[in-house]
Amino acid sequence: MIETTTTDLVINFSYVLAAALFIFGLKLLGHPSSARKGNLLSAIAMLIAIVVTMFDNNIVSFQMIAIAMLAGSIIGILAARMIAMTAMPEMVSLLNGIGGLASLFVAWATVEANSEFTAFTMIVTFLALLIGGVTFSGSLIAWAKLSERISGRSITFAGQSAFNSLLVLAIIFTAYLFVAQPTMLADIPIDFNVVLCTAMGFALLFGIMLVLPIGGADMPVVISLLNSYSGLAACAAGFALHNNILIVAGSLVGASGIILTKIMCKAMNRSLSNVLFSGFMSVTKTDMVIEGEVKPLSAEDAYYVLEAAQSVVVIPGYGMAVAQAQHAMKELQQLLEENGAEVAYAIHPVAGRMPGHMNVLLAEADVSYEQLFEMDEINKRIQIVVVLLHAGDYLFLPTIWLLCFVDQIFKNTLNKGFSDGTIGRQGCFDHRWGAWPRCSGRQTVSG
Amino acid sequence: MDAIYLLFILLLSIFVGFELIQKVPATLHTPLMSGANAISGITVVGALALAGSDRMGEYSTYLGAFAVFLATINVVGGYLVTDRMLAMFKKKQ
Repeated sequence: MIETTTTDLVINFSYVLAAALFIFGLKLLGHPSSARKGNLLSAIAMLIAIVVTMFDNNIVSFQMIAIAMLAGSIIGILAARMIAMTAMPEMVSLLNGIGGLASLFVAWATVEANSEFTAFTMIVTFLALLIGGVTFSGSLIAWAKLSERISGRSITFAGQSAFNSLLVLAIIFTAYLFVAQPTMLADIPIDFNVVLCTAMGFALLFGIMLVLPIGGADMPVVISLLNSYSGLAACAAGFALHNNILIVAGSLVGASGIILTKIMCKAMNRSLSNVLFSGFMSVTKTDMVIEGEVKPLSAEDAYYVLEAAQSVVVIPGYGMAVAQAQHAMKELQQLLEENGAEVAYAIHPVAGRMPGHMNVLLAEADVSYEQLFEMDEINKRIQIVVVLLHAGDYLFLPTIWLLCFVDQIFKNTLNKGFSDGTIGRQGCFDHRWGAWPRCSGRQTVSG
Repeated sequence: MDAIYLLFILLLSIFVGFELIQKVPATLHTPLMSGANAISGITVVGALALAGSDRMGEYSTYLGAFAVFLATINVVGGYLVTDRMLAMFKKKQ
């Protein structure tokens, strides 16, 4: 790194090429017809970056690398092949967490590898350590929540905000010790390894505390925020190692995650801080009892209800994911289309547990992406009949909308998703559906 | 000066990232996120240098190798999962 050799030049030139390919790849990901090519392009960029790095003069032993890459590839391939399409939100958040952990280890190895540091390097290394740790533990909690290994609701306890404030102060103090370490060691008799371990412990704890209070319907926002963090962690590691491609790729991911988060918050009519911290506010339990009889409908039954409709708009939600109703819905769609009706799907940006969750499920059931509409587009055309595939949203419908539940959805989701009667549920409904103009002001029941 | 130069790169990439993503339709948010997630596995490049060096001591080599392992899972899994999702997005026949 000190003397610039021809190899270094070639490596850095290839990094420029890889960065350009990443950018083109992301650009192509912006349209359904070219998205697959975009993904391939970005994979090629990654391959170039990895292969070229191998020629680095500093890399002399390949044995460890070969073992690590082989094992990683096998696990990656198996995980990607075996996972069910419906478990995608969990999978994405788990992979994201692993990426964060990798950045943490890179930062750790950097600290162990050198003995002389500038303050700048120490600051960015600490950031890589912190953000990597937060991404890892936060993603793990998100994964556990999404796969229902722990309660998907907002988890709070007394004194949580005080505890978190203390934690932030502790992290700042640890950061100070971490960065000042070379000069201060003589004055403060603390071993640097203790500081390092404490820093990692605090980072992991902070990630847990960040995600625990965020409940059910707000999960897509958290997932995309954590995604952004994993990019920022890679970016910080890039600063620590003076590696351009890490900085470019990391900040592309960081920026994309933040934009997605912003889009989703806007769709919920909430600010990011409201999403992140509303779980800290006092939880009020309500005593709502769901009355009446539940009658499951099959696709055929639903078709008879909707037979007279010329245009049907389906607004799917988490209920569809839980009940796996996308195939039944596709059946219904075919019946309706054979009858001459026009079927469209209205996708709320935060429906489900991951951004675009509904689109993936419907794509799995072979629904054309041209029939999926975003909120602003569909609001112009919602007129006649709306089918809702939601856990409990029927409570908030304007009465003129005929609604029906397809197949066993209702039966399966009655006790899942939002229908848990807590503040999280009410909060998410009011904000989420408030963003559909036709819905706002018509909400008559509050949970 | 080195730090300033790196900050320049950071700043420009963030702007490019904002511009690129702003126009992506909600339909593609999931594949986009998982694709971006795979890109964040770029840490593997940093980890490689740490794992392959013999000048840095065994301890950091092992840490680096473990980071390579983790980042590879992220990269390979991320791209394959994204491809699987995108393969399902079809036009109406």
